[in-house]
Amino acid sequence: MLSVQDTNMPVTFTPELISKFADIVSRYPEGKQKSALLPILHLVQAEFGWVSVPAMDKVAEYLSIQPIEVYEVASFYTMYFLKPQGKYMLEVCRTGPCEIVGAGKIMNYIEQKLGVKEGDVTEDGLFSWRGVECLAACGFGPVLQISPEYTFYEKLTPESVDTLISDLKAKAKN
Amino acid sequence: MKVTIDGFPIEVEAGTTILNAARLIGGDIVPPAMCYYSKLEGTGGKCRTCLVQVSKGSEKDPRPMPKLVASCRTTVMDGMEVKNITSPEVIEARKGVVEMLLINHPLDCPVCDQAGECHLQDLGYEHGAAKTRYEFDRRTFEKIDIGDKIQLHMTRCILCYRCVFVADQITDHRIHGILNRGDHSEISTYIQKAVDNDFSGNVIDVCPVGALTDKTFRFKNRVWFTKPVEAHRECENPKCCGKVTLWYKGEDVIRVTARKDEYGEAEEFICNTCRFDKKKTSDWIIEGPRKVSHKSVISSNHYDTLKPLPVVKTNPVLKEANKEQFERETRL
Amino acid sequence: MGRKLLLEHINVPGINTFDVYRSKGGYAAVEKALKTLTPDEVVEEVKKSGLRGRGGAGFPTGMKWSFLAKPEGVARYLVCNADESEPGTFKDRFLMTYLPHLLIEGMIVASFALGAKTSYIYVRGEMMPQIRILEKAIAEAKAKGFLGKNILGTGYDLELYVQPGGGAYICGEETALLESLEGKRGNPRIKPPFPAIAGLYGCPTVVNNVESIAAVVPIINEGGDEYAKLGIGRSTGTKLISAGGNLKNPGVYEIDLGLPAEEFLYSDEYCGGIANGKRLKAVVAGGSSVPILPANLFLKTINNEARLMSYESLAYGGFVSGTMMGSGGFIAYDEDQCIVRNTWNFARFYHHESCGQCSPCREGTGWMEKVLHRLEYGHGKMSDMDLLVDVSKKIEGNTICPLGDAAAWPVASAIRHFRDEFEWHVTDAATAVTRNYGIAHYADPLNTVVA
Ligand SMILES: Cc1cc2nc3c(=O)[nH]c(=O)nc-3n(C[C@H](O)[C@H](O)[C@H](O)COP(=O)(O)O)c2cc1C
Ligand code: SF4
Ligand code: SF4
Ligand code: FES
Ligand code: FES
Repeated sequence: MLSVQDTNMPVTFTPELISKFADIVSRYPEGKQKSALLPILHLVQAEFGWVSVPAMDKVAEYLSIQPIEVYEVASFYTMYFLKPQGKYMLEVCRTGPCEIVGAGKIMNYIEQKLGVKEGDVTEDGLFSWRGVECLAACGFGPVLQISPEYTFYEKLTPESVDTLISDLKAKAKN
Repeated sequence: MKVTIDGFPIEVEAGTTILNAARLIGGDIVPPAMCYYSKLEGTGGKCRTCLVQVSKGSEKDPRPMPKLVASCRTTVMDGMEVKNITSPEVIEARKGVVEMLLINHPLDCPVCDQAGECHLQDLGYEHGAAKTRYEFDRRTFEKIDIGDKIQLHMTRCILCYRCVFVADQITDHRIHGILNRGDHSEISTYIQKAVDNDFSGNVIDVCPVGALTDKTFRFKNRVWFTKPVEAHRECENPKCCGKVTLWYKGEDVIRVTARKDEYGEAEEFICNTCRFDKKKTSDWIIEGPRKVSHKSVISSNHYDTLKPLPVVKTNPVLKEANKEQFERETRL
Repeated sequence: MGRKLLLEHINVPGINTFDVYRSKGGYAAVEKALKTLTPDEVVEEVKKSGLRGRGGAGFPTGMKWSFLAKPEGVARYLVCNADESEPGTFKDRFLMTYLPHLLIEGMIVASFALGAKTSYIYVRGEMMPQIRILEKAIAEAKAKGFLGKNILGTGYDLELYVQPGGGAYICGEETALLESLEGKRGNPRIKPPFPAIAGLYGCPTVVNNVESIAAVVPIINEGGDEYAKLGIGRSTGTKLISAGGNLKNPGVYEIDLGLPAEEFLYSDEYCGGIANGKRLKAVVAGGSSVPILPANLFLKTINNEARLMSYESLAYGGFVSGTMMGSGGFIAYDEDQCIVRNTWNFARFYHHESCGQCSPCREGTGWMEKVLHRLEYGHGKMSDMDLLVDVSKKIEGNTICPLGDAAAWPVASAIRHFRDEFEWHVTDAATAVTRNYGIAHYADPLNTVVA
């Protein structure tokens, strides 16, 4: 059985969020609203930081589909977090072309620097990190992206990682 | 349309798949099918056990197909020539597929409830290699109950997707599905939910392995000690045919299933009331003992019916390719 | 110096905005196609150009378009494949970042040719910045009357939308992409039917790569015949190569197809040779899925002729001594790289990305990864190489979609060409975990190897 981070936290979608959903649904033909599932899950994740079961159930209700159809999709794709993550998720590319220019070292450095293992959250709740597969920037490796905005950083060095993390900490304070 | 399979010609309607054409011919030339289910639309194509070689595309375009094709999802063309057990390539590929299906499957047939009516077990005996080359830990999962009638043991699942199609096509709505991806894929309800609606029990019948089992039957007996009897009743559910197989031990009905054809497919689906709640002989009108397919281990209690075809014996290339079958024949 | 058809204005400041792009002659292809050509004539030009799909398979684009079914009263769709996830490939991201309007212009022309009234650009979800860039560019184009109702007064209507993926390499496979666009798991469909008959929502659909769509713009501007004059043989036109790995100047280059491989690798106009004065050990020429070649076999074909950057020349020698153009994801490995480690890394990638639908790929990719892992970490056996080759053969050709092949080829080719390096990981396991095998004979002149 999957380990499911269950939560009874009720989820409410704001009218602004709902209107964004409606805009997405309008892109597809009548009756094909299920097409909006992936984009809507991205919006939900951006809003709540992850996609919880109650949130997925509400999405299912909004799109008039079965909840299992949402779970199936959310668990297939790697971008959806099925449990809470740090406010900033650092995703380092670990695939061949980045690996041969030092991705492994950068991941070790981040692990040391943040003091948490891949997939865990720092105590202050600010950071998580993980290795991900090729991000289509192989000539500029090592690279990482930071969700929720998916800002992108290339040609990483330990120094640039230092700056990045202190910048994010400063940003989180404001 | 005329199609020839392993040298046997047959006339079929346009739109027939190679597999169904082979089933019309019957016998050993029928490719094994672990995921296709003729009563469920959209099934097939996934397990790859039914791969065959198309040595001639059609009368119009006689070129052979470059790759082996899934016979369950490839329709015949007029004049098509297909090789199944007469193609060493097919035998080799099928052996590979069986090996793949087994690498993450537990090797505990003796204690599995499905033993004796497991299609994977049959498949392994007929087409697999004698021993595994896989030396790593196997994927395992806890057994879970999905409702009070059905148990899911994901460790045994071969991801044929049949149960998902049943839920989509036979029941009101689907509660379970396939989560995660790749070899982490699993059948699940995600959060512990009961799969329980009028026809949900049919997932048990379509499951080719012991991943979905009848909780009301489990541990009661090994199938080959039970006696199957055909029976029917006037079922209140308009969508249920009421035609079943009752499995007796002594005087007791210990299990009710749909009637299965020689390919292990339910002839018609039955409702949960018939399956789970009618376990008295007086609930049923008995028709007589069920005819058991010769392929099944139930009929023989051992495995000595799996002999290579004569055509294979005379051709040295085929003989080589089917070596293990011959060895098994002598072993048994 | 080759002609730049796609990247001509890449360095113009502000070229990502409508106004600057327009001032450099942008959207002329839309005007020409919609005002002076019929849809069939556009298809004809693309056919004449000889353009081959730039997404990996290299299928002629014009031919693909002419296969599109056109039943009365049924919508047709054009879907742009911007899922770019093949390791080594980063040209589409580059194009969308710097030249979003080139893609949009191509989409308008191609949609017109196919009779599509709604088109989608399916961008991998990780590329949120590119999604924002494209959405902004679409809004600009629409404001200027190049999208929406009655484009340029021609009566042609087109809506263009950007669809994000969710993180899955397999959604680059065109039918998995369509499933994903329908809001489902990215499981490739079982073919037939092909998308040209029943694609998105069951309607006739064409799926094309970003670069293929962009190439339609110069084809229409200059004419298919002119385009076909560039390149060599059946490899017409120009191609974006994204070059990465241990190179002096990694980046995205537009080359005339047929450029000598050696020139591409060593000239300062392109990659500038290997970084830090090292020597070249191996090349993956077209994205991680294509067979890896040792340096000597990459630079020269088995006949000792210069290898060219063209579909045919790269494929020369078949699987025994050749490779493939693929998606143009070029990866160079210097003498310090370990082929076993890289093969394991790729195997892990395919294992991670297998959709899990069909048994050979679902189970076989994991098996190969595990065996390679033990080889890399010093616990391998001499029999592992044969086992890997055998498992790869059991996957190859027996799966629903080509991901199975894509997982099998890198493993099979690495063992074919670098077997001694693999064996060394077994015979000298203790040493192999502390240092690399080095360049060995992999860059030696060919005849010594072949003889
Ligand atoms: C596993 C797999 C991944 C693929 N990934 C991509 C991709 O990221 N981008 C792409 O354009 N084509 C990709 N393709 C190829 C597409 O299936 C399809 O051939 C292509 O989009 C057609 O466009 P083209 O004819 O313009 O090349 C992939 C194919 C496979 C089998
Ligand atoms: S549980 Fe059974 S029916 Fe369902 S996918 Fe697994 S093997 Fe198939
Ligand atoms: S080959 Fe792999 S990715 Fe393709 S359908 Fe089969 S399991 Fe999925
Ligand atoms: S390998 Fe890291 S971006 Fe491609
Ligand atoms: S029965 Fe044909 S692929 Fe499974």
